[in-house]
Amino acid sequence: MSDVVLRLAEVERVYRAGEGSVWALAGVSLTVRAGELVAVMGPSGSGKSTLLSIAGGLEVPTSGSVEVAGVRLGGLDSTAVAHLRRDRIGYVFQDFNLVTDLTAAENVALPLELGGSSARAARASAITALDEVGLPEVADRFPDQLSGGQQQRVAIARALVGERRLVLADEPTGALDSQTSLAVLQVLRARIDGGAAGVLVTHEARYAGWADRTVFLRDGRLVDTTPERDDARRLLAEPS
Amino acid sequence: MQRNAVRWGLLALFVDGPKYGYQLRTELDTRTGGSWAVNVGQIYTTLDRLVRDGLVATEGADAEGRELYMLTEPGRVALAEWYLTPVTETERPRNELAIKLAMAARDPSVDITIVVQHQRTESMRQLRDYTDLRRQANEDVDLTWSLFLDHLIFALEGELRWLDHVEATVLRRRYTRPAPASTYAPTPPEAAEIAESGRARR
Ligand SMILES: Nc1ncnc2c1ncn2[C@@H]1O[C@H](COP(=O)(O)OP(=O)(O)OP(=O)(O)O)[C@@H](O)[C@H]1O
Ligand SMILES: [Mg+2]
Repeated sequence: MSDVVLRLAEVERVYRAGEGSVWALAGVSLTVRAGELVAVMGPSGSGKSTLLSIAGGLEVPTSGSVEVAGVRLGGLDSTAVAHLRRDRIGYVFQDFNLVTDLTAAENVALPLELGGSSARAARASAITALDEVGLPEVADRFPDQLSGGQQQRVAIARALVGERRLVLADEPTGALDSQTSLAVLQVLRARIDGGAAGVLVTHEARYAGWADRTVFLRDGRLVDTTPERDDARRLLAEPS
Repeated sequence: MQRNAVRWGLLALFVDGPKYGYQLRTELDTRTGGSWAVNVGQIYTTLDRLVRDGLVATEGADAEGRELYMLTEPGRVALAEWYLTPVTETERPRNELAIKLAMAARDPSVDITIVVQHQRTESMRQLRDYTDLRRQANEDVDLTWSLFLDHLIFALEGELRWLDHVEATVLRRRYTRPAPASTYAPTPPEAAEIAESGRARR
């Protein structure tokens, strides 16, 4: 189908670890469409971050294929993957990954500037994005002058700025209190409803509830997925 | 549904002014998403009792000639007392899910990870559906409905955390001590299937 933004097919990722090997992903297939947010849940070490970094072209699968916005990553050279990543994919890292000697606004503007926007236009978009995540006042501060939760929101603003087709977020609410988490989910959800596709890794069921579907990872395999929507109001009306 | 809860729920509806009988039903319905499933008959019987007990009194009729009821002073006092009294009797101890998982946990023929995962997927589906409703709900329009949904969402979140806990506890115990001999033969095909697929995964 044409509206598929992310397609993982039988993806395996094996890490060499000393003598043995670790099957971080052992054959995962997943399709995410435009307008769809998929949550990934699973115990620590089950392969969630590995899945995300392969979807984002940061890591190469040992076998299997990855397609983003109709382009097979396996067929691209590293420069082309880097461009696709910069222009089309927003990525929120589990550990934020901000550039320490750039201000918050510069961090957010970076992908746009690298993509050829004028410095002024990039800064304007960055300020808007920071505003959306509730941080209009920190634009000119450096990451080490921000709290963990503020750094996380800057990272989210950076992932959402520009015209991203695919948003990949690894525990984006990990450092946030529940009110801020909900605000961030609202921003993310609005972007998805506006036509992007998203994958949200989270330990918190309450936040996975914002996704259209939740898939469960265990030992590098998808073991289950929630079914399509039902009419929740009808379910509620059934006497329990 | 506890009968008392309906009585108090109805009484509480009067805080924002006089109401006619059928209106109580509609309001109770929208504020609880229909989950209280109280029929009209029960509404009127309860209303009659509230009047008999002096907590609610008739208060003329509206433009369409429907009889209106309002909260009395003793009604207001009773309502305040209800708010201040913590709820002690809930359905918690008889929750089927709690019993099922707690029983499955001690049955060595059951692969607890599969049982837990089936429930986890279902609980997550419900959580997603309630979250949908919550996102559409407007606190400013109906605060009761919004907070009622939050209650369901937090409860499901707790349920999912408990499921993780059950799984972790059972697995830890199975790896650190020998499984006790089964004292009965599990027969339902479902159970056999679960045990079978459990063996296949190991
Ligand atoms: N570079 C690496 N070299 C070797 N093993 C790795 C490497 N990266 C990840 N792993 C292993 O792969 C498995 C999956 O790791 P991953 O980071 O994807 O887990 P996760 O589900 O994101 O966990 P968490 O919830 O703790 O973030 C783990 O067993 C991990 O130890
Ligand atoms: Mg991780």
